[in-house]
Amino acid sequence: MSIDTAPTVSATALDATSGAVTRRDILHRLLMTLGPILAALVIAGCILLAVGVDPLAYYGYVLEKGLFSPLGIQQTLTRMAPLLFLAAGLIVAFRAGMWNLGGDGQFLLGAVTAAASAPVFVQIMPAWLALTCSFLIAMVVAMIWSLVPALLRAYQGVNEIITTLMMTFLGTSLANVLVKLAFRDPATTVPQTRTLPVEDRLPRLFETTITSGLLLGLAAIIIVHLVMTRTAFGLKLRIVGANPRAAVHSGLGVPGLTVAVFAISAGLAGLAGAVDIIGVQGNVRADWNPAYGLAVIPAVFLARMNGFAAIGFVFLLSVLSIGGESAARRLGVPNHFTLVLVSIVLIVLALAEYFDHRYNQSRRA
Amino acid sequence: MSGFSSSSVDRRDIVALEGVTKRFPGIVANDSVDLSIRPGEVHVLLGENGAGKSTLIGMLSGLQQPDEGRILVDGKPTPITSPRLALALGIGTVFQHMMLVPTLTVAENLLLGGPWWQRPRTEELAARVAEITSTLSITVKLHAKVSELSLGEQQQVEILRAMLRNSRLLILDESTSMLTPKGIDELGALMRRLVEQGLAIVFITHKLKEAAAFGDRISVLKLGRKVGEIPPERLRALGEQEIVSEIVELMFGKQKDDPEAVERPVRTARAGAAPLLQVEDLTVAPTDNAPGLSSISFDIRPGEILGIAGIDGNGQKQLAEALAGQRIATCGSVRLDGAAIETLSVGERRRRGLRYLTDDRLGEGTVGTFPVSMNFFLKQVGAAPFWRNGVEQRAEIDKRAAQLVREYDVRTPSLKTPVARLSGGNIQKVLLARELAEGAKVVIFNKPTYGLDLANTLASRQRIRDTAARGLAVLLISTDLEELLGMCDRIAVIANGALVGTVENADDARTKVGRLMIGLAA
Repeated sequence: MSIDTAPTVSATALDATSGAVTRRDILHRLLMTLGPILAALVIAGCILLAVGVDPLAYYGYVLEKGLFSPLGIQQTLTRMAPLLFLAAGLIVAFRAGMWNLGGDGQFLLGAVTAAASAPVFVQIMPAWLALTCSFLIAMVVAMIWSLVPALLRAYQGVNEIITTLMMTFLGTSLANVLVKLAFRDPATTVPQTRTLPVEDRLPRLFETTITSGLLLGLAAIIIVHLVMTRTAFGLKLRIVGANPRAAVHSGLGVPGLTVAVFAISAGLAGLAGAVDIIGVQGNVRADWNPAYGLAVIPAVFLARMNGFAAIGFVFLLSVLSIGGESAARRLGVPNHFTLVLVSIVLIVLALAEYFDHRYNQSRRA
Repeated sequence: MSGFSSSSVDRRDIVALEGVTKRFPGIVANDSVDLSIRPGEVHVLLGENGAGKSTLIGMLSGLQQPDEGRILVDGKPTPITSPRLALALGIGTVFQHMMLVPTLTVAENLLLGGPWWQRPRTEELAARVAEITSTLSITVKLHAKVSELSLGEQQQVEILRAMLRNSRLLILDESTSMLTPKGIDELGALMRRLVEQGLAIVFITHKLKEAAAFGDRISVLKLGRKVGEIPPERLRALGEQEIVSEIVELMFGKQKDDPEAVERPVRTARAGAAPLLQVEDLTVAPTDNAPGLSSISFDIRPGEILGIAGIDGNGQKQLAEALAGQRIATCGSVRLDGAAIETLSVGERRRRGLRYLTDDRLGEGTVGTFPVSMNFFLKQVGAAPFWRNGVEQRAEIDKRAAQLVREYDVRTPSLKTPVARLSGGNIQKVLLARELAEGAKVVIFNKPTYGLDLANTLASRQRIRDTAARGLAVLLISTDLEELLGMCDRIAVIANGALVGTVENADDARTKVGRLMIGLAA
């Protein structure tokens, strides 16, 4: 017979114990996150050594170009804007237990519709209204694009990992077709959409080149974080994610919530595309695909779907990608080495998680 | 019965269990079980779901290790640390679910598991299979694909595989559950021939008639304890009907020193009151792995406890889910306090006062990773005062949760502890607190004491009695007849998704319900 050794809860003891537990938890969390990152940097350094590059020089360039030079840090912060929107979308989906891996398709369709609509709207209405309308259209188009995987998952139980990945291939191709056929700027020889004049784009922050899209992105991810952790709607989504059968048992409308999750997640991806175009790029060239959607996934995982931690990791990712690009040029390392670095971080992190779990299990047994 | 198994009394056991105990969090799956398995005998392990049969098999086949007690093989204490070791010791297991690769041929399946560096020895296999099948007079199509075979034929292949590995002890886990009646008879005949060759067989089932028909020795398990054994001599002396009634006595009978025995308090019957829950012709279509319900009708009045008795898996869960709205009913009506609710959603039925306390506490009753406090309110997400305008009021939630923790005596280190860390009894208290909270009119309890220890069992039963005493209508679904006899006003028996009879809980109720459960008229 099982015996309950745990003491009965008492109101006074409660706060003291929980406070101590959370502090130890935070410390443990930090160790479990930063430790693997340091280990990964060492491993990646060994790879650099093996290909004949001084790892210290490489990391030095990355930091200098991505973080410490005035131009670099401005580029880094600008790059964060779309990444933050994408991360916000992924947090909603992952917390609800749904693997929306179609972020790139949704991003590009959002980008193309924003690029096509914004130059038209600015000619017929005030700039703020025009940009708002473009944002909304980008969001709605991305939402519609997510409808197929959402309905299949909600009503037929079809695995959304596969459907969203398939839809992302179709979405990238459709975006290309739209640029080349429907929205092509007749004034240029290269296939691209009409360019939004610089003065009509999102304003820059103060006297820098940082886009104000950064603020929108920060707002988006913080709102998403608060909604997921503090509201009834967010709790419903988390119940669906943590135990779908409990959600049915508790009387939640799981199919409806599923469609909502996909719509929100895709809508944020569409906004990411719009903010990159309206804030920074101004147009979409054919075959343009920065593949931010997949790059953000590791950052969201490292942050364990916590919005504030995600901001930090998105910043890190931006530093790495901006700094990595220039370090690659100077040291002759392929540009994709950033991805190698990120993937090593993920693998080491997964291993750390695994051993931590094993350790906990053996200690409990 | 076979004459071969006579004079088996002084033969040494192939495998013996001595005081084997196995615990899982919150549940004692096996409680000091003794078992002796002898060559030339079909040893039937009989018990309901959750009686601990599968755990026992898991320990014999090396999947799990006992916490206490020991297993003797050929008289020597031998820890069976892995399935590989179990096979080497000559213990072969045919599991409930087929373990064959459907896309491969029978021969290929039988050759799986050979050394990887050798070419498969097909000729040798064919010769050995011919030898074994001829003595057992079965035919096995070696070159047919497994997916083309019937379930009975697949089972023969699995038994053949165990024989090819020189098993001395063959364990058949619920082997008849997926067979046709003809297939069951064939399996019975095959088991007879196997034991005649000197094998020992452990045959697990929850069907009484199979036990009586095929067994040389019958052990009855109940809630992890072995409550009785019928040795071969006695089995041979009794007719089938007598064996069945003796088993029923063992499975459902009252034990003298049963601490759970409580006199049912005499309640004042509220015969005049209008029924709180009226169910009429409730029908649910069967699915691939669950029986349906056919035209279920009953009424429950305020203050009344209606019990649903029956062997597990006869539609109890479907009934509870159909009433709660989690399962779609094809027809029929459900009235709560006079108002039809059969078309309403799960949430709306709850708001009207219908509460369903699930038996799957961790699977659907709670979100294991969420804190205890939040699990109290899973079914009220968004409701005031715990949420205002959709925003969580953490102080309100913690205040009410602390109150419920005290009121229902939930033993938890803190309100923030993930609920899955609690013991089964305390998780059940969380569910009780959630379902019995204000506004309840009709409460469905599905196996409310399943897997709980004695103290928590008694506490849960008291809660249920109190619930009825408050004037609520209670539907108590249980596979524990003792529990039903101790608590209910009336007991209905469910079999194959239909109510086969309802019995007033009077002195002769035990016999009547027992007879209904094994398919006889009350």
